Amino acid sequence: MSKIIKKEQLSENVFLMILDSPLIAKERKAGQFIILQIDPEYGERIPLTIADADAEAGTITIIFQVVGLTTDMLSRLNEGDDIPILVGPLGKPTHIEKFGTVVCVGGGIGVAPLHPIAQALKAAGNKVITIIGARTKELVILEDEMRKISDELIVCTDDGTYGRKALVTEPLKEVCERKEKPDMVIAIGPPIMMKFCSETTRPYGIFTQVSLNTIMVDGTGMCGGCRVNVGNEVKFVCVDGPEFDGHLVDFDNMMMRLNAFVDIEKEKYKCYLDQIAEAKLKSQKAEVEQ
Amino acid sequence: MNYRTPEEIEIEARELFSKYISRVDELKNKERIAIPLQEMPTQAPEVRIHNLQEVALGYTPEEAQLEAMRCIQCPTQPCVEDCPVHIDVPRFIDRIAHGKFQEAVDVIKENSLLPAICGRVCPQEVQCQSRCSVGKIFKTVDKAVSIGRLERFVADWERERGEIGVPEVKPDTGKKVAIVGGGPAGLVVAADVRREGHSVTIFEAFHKLGGVMRYGIPEFRLPNEIVDKEIETLEKMGVEIRTNFVVGKTRTLDELMNEDGYDAVFIGTGAGLPLFMGIEGENLVGVVSANEYLTRANLMRAFEQDHAVTPIYRSKVVAVLGGGNVAMDASRMAMRLGAEKVYVVYRRTRKEMPARVEEVEHAMEEGIEFLFLSNAKRILGDEKGRVRAMECLRYELGEPDESGRRRPIPIEGSEFILDVDTVIVAIGNGSNPLISQTTKGIETNKWGNIITDENQKTSMDRVYAGGDIVLGAATVILAMGEGRTAAAAINKMLAEEIEKEKQQLEEARKN
Ligand SMILES: Cc1cc2nc3c(=O)[nH]c(=O)nc-3n(C[C@H](O)[C@H](O)[C@H](O)COP(=O)(O)OP(=O)(O)OC[C@H]3O[C@@H](n4cnc5c(N)ncnc54)[C@H](O)[C@@H]3O)c2cc1C
Ligand code: FES
Repeated sequence: MSKIIKKEQLSENVFLMILDSPLIAKERKAGQFIILQIDPEYGERIPLTIADADAEAGTITIIFQVVGLTTDMLSRLNEGDDIPILVGPLGKPTHIEKFGTVVCVGGGIGVAPLHPIAQALKAAGNKVITIIGARTKELVILEDEMRKISDELIVCTDDGTYGRKALVTEPLKEVCERKEKPDMVIAIGPPIMMKFCSETTRPYGIFTQVSLNTIMVDGTGMCGGCRVNVGNEVKFVCVDGPEFDGHLVDFDNMMMRLNAFVDIEKEKYKCYLDQIAEAKLKSQKAEVEQ
Repeated sequence: MNYRTPEEIEIEARELFSKYISRVDELKNKERIAIPLQEMPTQAPEVRIHNLQEVALGYTPEEAQLEAMRCIQCPTQPCVEDCPVHIDVPRFIDRIAHGKFQEAVDVIKENSLLPAICGRVCPQEVQCQSRCSVGKIFKTVDKAVSIGRLERFVADWERERGEIGVPEVKPDTGKKVAIVGGGPAGLVVAADVRREGHSVTIFEAFHKLGGVMRYGIPEFRLPNEIVDKEIETLEKMGVEIRTNFVVGKTRTLDELMNEDGYDAVFIGTGAGLPLFMGIEGENLVGVVSANEYLTRANLMRAFEQDHAVTPIYRSKVVAVLGGGNVAMDASRMAMRLGAEKVYVVYRRTRKEMPARVEEVEHAMEEGIEFLFLSNAKRILGDEKGRVRAMECLRYELGEPDESGRRRPIPIEGSEFILDVDTVIVAIGNGSNPLISQTTKGIETNKWGNIITDENQKTSMDRVYAGGDIVLGAATVILAMGEGRTAAAAINKMLAEEIEKEKQQLEEARKN
């Protein structure tokens, strides 16, 4: 069980929560994730990356976008509410050392898990070039925080409402072509963005690390639901990952697998939203009658 | 066999019962073996494939007593020898024959802590019933005394009367024992160690205890209520339970011992890690491990599709690969989730199937089609990456391999296509690496199983292990047996330590 200490809405459907979880806060390292479940009987387990942690305060930070039923339910919880099931920290931590120049690319909500990694890389003496991208101005998150720990920060939006009007792959390509070629790229964001970042860096032979967020059930290597093709091998994201060499990941298969239950999920989500709308209507009616 | 309703079975049993019971002590062996084997009453197949309730309904007292009267109390007692925990089978059966059900349970509990569970899931036909003298007389194990059904009967009888006592716990010793994993192995260690007065904490990765008994074996074979009862007893004994706690991640084993002050640790983390075959198309949408499929349906309750948020495939035609209990559970669950057709594809023949005989029979009754001497060659997908068919190969049996089973050999050019939309892989499990990856100094074999001595002690001081993490995917009873051995060793170690500490204290006082 874990109490919500703080809740903040970062944009229309992106939320930040600080959760009371002393053990996870103490143990976690950059790159790891947690699994949570809201209804202990009928809920589903979803993985979320740990965006930050404060070992002394015993808290962890998660940042999530409402994309379906469980994230929607989560967004409706408030400060003081409990999340009944919270497990972690899971997955392998990011390998941090001095590589030289590292480009950190964050797409949308992916900036959240990128932040602690960039922070750790900076602390290890790397030159950090950060590229953050979002669909539109409202969805740009953690810009100030990223600026603080980056030697250079490039912001772009798909629609040009803020920063450069470009996809992240454009500035990424430019950086790869610089005289001072980067030593490594870390890309975190939607699968399609990570796929194209990997394609962008491939011709330059720059090692590109991606962080995968597949469907998961247990998160401890027991079910194989999170498996992906990496090179010629099958890997379990929850125990072998979540980070892999982007040049080896079969993104197309991963994206298909992410959509395995999309119809059922949509159906259940719609059902849930209908229920909420109905309840609202009822309470409004009751108010009017009073 | 034709399906007989519970009523039919009961009526026949009642008649026979009144014929034999008055002479229960005088029955000659000939008369005993003339009593027909009491069939297990079950839900009708066409009914049960639409629900999750238990298939086997259990004996009535008359049926149980009749079945118990079939035992000839032979002096050789192969059943005791073949029981992994050596329950005094003839003695408990004799008590049942006399209607002394409580005494019967007490006999079982001298050796086994989980009779309601073992009576349901043990592979009796290869254990206690395998060399039963009554079966020998009929030259078939199918006619052996139904020891498992009797065990289940008395355990249920006790539970249903709400009279399960909480075992006595000795005064606090001040020693702390950590148990990693809440499967049968861990639960048994918890009970045995707690009884000696040590404080016990079970750390479990999931939100509920029970291990495979919770997430793997379905309700229709082992109701959750039974597992709950065992856990309730542990709670009443004062065992602390910490769920959502992954040892190795939330806290390492070393931290538990060095910082949190646990004096001993038992590792019972189970098999986990599902194996796949490494064939083409294995990562298509619609290919799942049985572990995933069953966890969704059981633990995450996706069987109740209207309530559960966790989705599960809505399959029409399913192929399950494998021939063990896991394959049986997955195929029967698929049927209950509404599949129109379910195939079990197995490389060998029915004779070699490792599944419990009763489960295979039940699966067949439920309309599951078995394709023996067949195996998947590759899985074919559509343009959206979803399973649309599976190409199989036919096999024949060659020479026996190391396991003594005849080795299946593919027949060249025998490919055939099965049109399916879901493939459930149930070909076995590797060992979960979480603990060994995060604990220096714990020795494992090449399959990743933790190595222990005859007392279940690992290469690390004060650290014991048992169950599937040591044995590879095995059975509940073997996990339980190892748990008991480990608990005895832990208790002995701690008792010696307490004794030593007492002496030291006394000496210090003298000086
Ligand atoms: C579908 C299925 C059907 C089966 N049918 C039968 C049958 O009919 N008869 C039979 O005898 N056997 C059967 N078995 C096998 C039997 O269930 C196992 O042999 C037995 O459960 C092993 O017990 P265990 O305590 O070693 O491990 P498990 O039951 O696997 O329990 C291990 C527990 O440890 C937890 N855990 C793992 N890692 C960690 C960690 N790092 N920290 C904290 N907790 C952790 C797991 O979540 C789990 O709860 C079946 C197995 C399956 C999968
Ligand atoms: S989530 Fe189950 S194995 Fe990774």
